[in-house]
Amino acid sequence: MHHNMRIAILLRRVPDTTSKIVIGAGATTIDPTGVKFIPNPYDEYAIEAALALKDAAGEGETVVISFGADAVQETMRTALAMGVDRGVHLQGEPSVDGLANARVLADHLREGGYDLILCGKLAVDDYGQQTGPMIAELLGLPCATAITSLVVENGSARVTREVEGGVENATCGLPALFTCDKGLNTPRLPGLKGIMAAKKKPLEVVPVTTGAAQVTVASLALPPERPAGRIVGEGAAAVPALIEALTSEAKVL
Amino acid sequence: MAGSSEYTGVDFYDVDALLSEEERAVRDTVRQWVDDALMPVIGDCYIEGRFPKQLIPGMAELGLFGANLPEEYGCAGLNNVAYGLIMQELERGDSGIRSFASVQGALVMYPIYAFGSEEQKKHWLPKLASGEEIGCFGLTEPDFGSNPGGMITTARETADGWVLNGTKMWITNGSQATVSIIWAKTGDIDDPKSIRGFIVPTNLPGFTAKDQKGKLSLRASDTSELHLQDVHVPKDALLPESGGLKSPLMCLTQARYGIAWGGVGAAMACFDEARRYAGNRIMFGKPIAATQIQQERLAEMMSEITKAQLLVLQLGRLKDRGTMTPQQVSLAKRNNVNIACECAREARRLLGGNGILIEYHSMRHMANLESVYTYEGTHDMHSLILGQEITGIPAY
Repeated sequence: MHHNMRIAILLRRVPDTTSKIVIGAGATTIDPTGVKFIPNPYDEYAIEAALALKDAAGEGETVVISFGADAVQETMRTALAMGVDRGVHLQGEPSVDGLANARVLADHLREGGYDLILCGKLAVDDYGQQTGPMIAELLGLPCATAITSLVVENGSARVTREVEGGVENATCGLPALFTCDKGLNTPRLPGLKGIMAAKKKPLEVVPVTTGAAQVTVASLALPPERPAGRIVGEGAAAVPALIEALTSEAKVL
Repeated sequence: MAGSSEYTGVDFYDVDALLSEEERAVRDTVRQWVDDALMPVIGDCYIEGRFPKQLIPGMAELGLFGANLPEEYGCAGLNNVAYGLIMQELERGDSGIRSFASVQGALVMYPIYAFGSEEQKKHWLPKLASGEEIGCFGLTEPDFGSNPGGMITTARETADGWVLNGTKMWITNGSQATVSIIWAKTGDIDDPKSIRGFIVPTNLPGFTAKDQKGKLSLRASDTSELHLQDVHVPKDALLPESGGLKSPLMCLTQARYGIAWGGVGAAMACFDEARRYAGNRIMFGKPIAATQIQQERLAEMMSEITKAQLLVLQLGRLKDRGTMTPQQVSLAKRNNVNIACECAREARRLLGGNGILIEYHSMRHMANLESVYTYEGTHDMHSLILGQEITGIPAY
């Protein structure tokens, strides 16, 4: 066990995956009206991993860091309600350019003295998968992506990654940055006392500016509507027509 | 938390905007717990007629018991709207589970909080909040349901305490409770003013509890008969501030308040199921949602749910302000459980033959809600309470 660790968790606010998404005016962003926002589910594995490390050590500090508009504070309070000690809201407008965002976060993390930086392997809104590795690169830290187990011992970390056909076990020294995958743990629910305590925990607001984007979104489009189903017949008599359709139209046989 | 639920509830009037961030967070956490822990087991529990007691530690850890009581006693210290939302979400799962939490919080922890000594509060409330102790509430008797003032359970003072004798019936959690709140007459049998409350551990000699068998409703909840035969309790078993029928009725007001919220939860569960089913079930080559008769059903359900939501939200704000009256609670309990019964029945009908199967939820809710309609003041009794409020004339 590694004692008195300081762990940073990067948390993104994303639309609930069950929300119906409507593309906004200009076709480069989504319309947030009526959309329910939740903590990025992969970031919740990072929160749980950080809390579990602190619980096991009985000491240390966990800090949740979010970059975005003021609305992210509500999402951050979910992390605080789960048990994270304090929050830092990097107040600004995130870019669609992963590198521009990574620079904002890396600039803040650089002076933080963190032993461990944890985040989700991706955010379920844009699937960028860039922020974590880019921050590690900018800070010169070892990085492992999509980890499914994490053990910290004597100043180093052992992680497991699921790779094609098996698992990869890796070790590195601290500080380090890991992105978290499903299977790492089961995130705890925020308890009611935690929800009440969250509003009293420190949440520091740091205004930031985002650098120029090298990538811009040209347009967003919804996937095409699935064509309506077709009933080719009833009972055994329908089988030849069904096989014909599956072979020549769907091309799945 | 990862992977949020299919279930979305109903919010046609943006009632969410009337809730604080904290209240929404409480609602979401309980909703997720119901999805993760309760929904996978409730069908089997219902069929087998057993309460899922393995869920008690998880409920306690979340802080669901007595959540509107103060933090100094190990409780969450929530406001009454957040407390109501807990009841709503639990009853979205099953009325029996909500009943368990209602009894533990509103009928056992609340009387200790409201009528207990400081020693009693410090001793019992943290243990009840943590689920270490499970409570039940003994008021109703075989022959005294709607008329609890007629009870014949007695408490006779002795040199070193009290001796209790009597029978209580329809006691939720009775057989698994480690402690009970027993209401008994300390004076003349015709004198409801002599009713006092006692904290009675259920392992005392002379105390027996047996489950009532053959229930076709609330099957995932224990309902028991309690027998007290010369049960000796020490002097400090008495709840010192309790006095008269008003004391247990104050507890019932707390519980009924939660039930009014619970009705919204059960109704939303049925609406959600009916809406999805109507969209997916193809008959005559089109979803049954495309038929006017099912649309009318769904429109009626959504209208009633929306009204019920606004009713309990304002009731909760009044309770937090300290101005809520028992009659206002009667109106909400009466209305919301009634519309929940209607929604459950209509949802079950919309589901056709499939609607009678346990893999769907509406018929389970429908059967449960018949009990909820009947307990904690029957629908009819609440009509009479409102009738008296309007006319000034008691008609019961």
